Amino acid sequence: MKPEELEIKAAAEKAKQQAFDVRLTCCSSTGCQSSGAAQIITNLKAELKAKQLDTKVQVTGTGCMGLCSKGPLIRMTAKNQKDVLFSDIKPETAVTVVDEVVAPIVGGATIERPTGALETHFLDLDEPFFAMQDRVVLENNGRSDPEKLEEYLAHGGYQGLRRALTMSAEEICKELLDSGLRGRGGAGFPTGLKWDLTRKVQSDVKYVICNGDEGDPGAFMDRSVLEGDPHAVIEGMLIAARAMNATNGIFYIRAEYPLAVERIEKALRQARTAGLVGKNVLDSGWGFDFEVRLGAGAFVCGEETALIASVEGKRGTPRPRPPFPAVKGLWNQPTCVNNVETLANVSRILLRGAAWFASKGTEKSKGTKVFALTGKIKNNGLVEVPMGITLRQIVETIGGGTGTERKIKAIQTGGPSGGMIPEHQFDTPVSYEHLQQLGSMMGSGGLIVIDDKDSVIELARFYLDFCVDESCGKCAPCRIGGTQILKMLDRIEDGTGTLEDVRKIRKVAKAMQKASLCALGQTAPNPILSALKHFESEFTERLQPVATAKA
Amino acid sequence: MSTAIDVTTTVKVAAPKAAPAPKDEILVIAQKWKKKRGSLIMALHDLQGRLGFVPRESAMKLGRAMDVPLARIYEVVTFYNYFKLEAPGKYIISVCTGTACHIKGSGELLKGLEKELQVSEGQSTPDREYHLQGVRCLGCCGLAPLAAVNGKVYGKLNTSESHYLIERIQEDKPMVVAHEEAAAE
Repeated sequence: MKPEELEIKAAAEKAKQQAFDVRLTCCSSTGCQSSGAAQIITNLKAELKAKQLDTKVQVTGTGCMGLCSKGPLIRMTAKNQKDVLFSDIKPETAVTVVDEVVAPIVGGATIERPTGALETHFLDLDEPFFAMQDRVVLENNGRSDPEKLEEYLAHGGYQGLRRALTMSAEEICKELLDSGLRGRGGAGFPTGLKWDLTRKVQSDVKYVICNGDEGDPGAFMDRSVLEGDPHAVIEGMLIAARAMNATNGIFYIRAEYPLAVERIEKALRQARTAGLVGKNVLDSGWGFDFEVRLGAGAFVCGEETALIASVEGKRGTPRPRPPFPAVKGLWNQPTCVNNVETLANVSRILLRGAAWFASKGTEKSKGTKVFALTGKIKNNGLVEVPMGITLRQIVETIGGGTGTERKIKAIQTGGPSGGMIPEHQFDTPVSYEHLQQLGSMMGSGGLIVIDDKDSVIELARFYLDFCVDESCGKCAPCRIGGTQILKMLDRIEDGTGTLEDVRKIRKVAKAMQKASLCALGQTAPNPILSALKHFESEFTERLQPVATAKA
Repeated sequence: MSTAIDVTTTVKVAAPKAAPAPKDEILVIAQKWKKKRGSLIMALHDLQGRLGFVPRESAMKLGRAMDVPLARIYEVVTFYNYFKLEAPGKYIISVCTGTACHIKGSGELLKGLEKELQVSEGQSTPDREYHLQGVRCLGCCGLAPLAAVNGKVYGKLNTSESHYLIERIQEDKPMVVAHEEAAAE
């Protein structure tokens, strides 16, 4: 494909979509698929055909629209009126959507707020859940079909790559540095800097790896991006490769995400056929291609050196750094590992420019962040917010509080590596620095809400148990330390713990943080330490009086 | 906790396309991956995708064909949660034990299923019909608590609904129907 063809194809696709009076996009991500999304699409198409409306109404699948707890969702885009969202659609309700809303609109009516049977299924896009979000990474989720390359092109797809192909490697790295984008996997290292380090290493072979091993239990941002906008991640990878003069690309995706794997493989096939991936990318004479590798269920493989070992077909155990992967990574060649969300951001940055991206967020944390909002929260799902928004706005305004008579007690960000943040600190803005100051971390984007009935000891124990189970066992601080803290925590939980146990937990935790080989062990004590910091009384209430313990 | 995940069957990396004659499956897999560097895990995914688990004989055969020592294969198979060494039951029920599900009571759901099926977590029923396991996050946290049966997700389960779940599995019907029936009763 020649660069100019991108516009021609985009224009053709736009014209095709505009020829329809109404466009219905139904969520086709894993969550909604399990509630019958495929059947809904089939039923909608059948009903439209029966009513001879199929030339006027288009039906497609789309990526996750966010409100997973109310899925499957359908978004309706019609001429001369606001977009409308329908929630909790069942395969049987599909017919009603056609009868009560779609058919009248095709007939010339305007229905911005349906009455009748669909009244309870109506969701206003002006509601805070939607209105307060700023969708950059998820911008195509809800409006375009992830299985069609043309739909991605219609929204400016691969234009970022086109621009990157006219720039030098150094210029692309500088653009990324200027944008202020930081790694969305959790650690927050500036992406431009990471790329520049890899770029400067001279080598005939260089690898770019996409880390799609979303291991945080309770998070599904990366799954939703891979499923909802696979081409955006591929484009981000191509740009990354260009910026570092890389020669090979690898997608490392969790095997537990079959649909994400399927979508990426399909998108890669489409991109190869279109000449966007392969020997001659966009007719530039530069060639680049990808391989897909599956994870096999190991949390530690989210750590880059462990991930690299896994790509090499070995046990996923980390190794000491330096040498950093930028110097010696996969097969001892320079390697750069990037998170899914980071790469999706890259495509948008090259498309719209560094200044546009840098205008969002706080001084040191630019852009937006996708969070998976789960636990005891009314609006369960996926949200993308600008950095700098407060936790309270996310949890209470967007999330709608607990939705029950119970009060929110705390949230946990960063999954098993993060920490708990009590309710009185919810006015903190979301940024890498602020969350770290609170003893938690940004993490990859899991945000779990617990209410006043939930026990923080129990939650801390859950995370620690997870880390102990997932520890690869290579280094002693993580392997032994985790198990020891777990034992002490069990004693406290069943009421036989003493103050000495609490003291020791802190001591062992410090050793783990300082001496563990990789981030898994270094961060494993975070949940328990933050629980101790903010909710110490919950622990002390359960302790044995010292005198009794001595006796 | 057994953390093997059942969705293997739906991962579509397997299927080496149209082998010319009905050849030995394992040799086909070995042929496909042998020349690709570091592809042992992918070959094992293919193998488990076909057989449901990694039997010892097959591992030995794969090792010989790919020129990989058996110890290396076992090193990998035992490290990763995804790979199974024993044949699972016909219906593999994977209760998600991720944080969101945990908070919404996946523990009780698991206990209910243990009682219903009279097996412990990580075991199969004597007739090999059901295999019950707790698994890591399946990434559908919006539908917590949930379970996947042979890769099919049953979401928004009621922690006391284990009975219905088993029925739905047998009839291959979505769980939504069970909710409605429960409401009608």
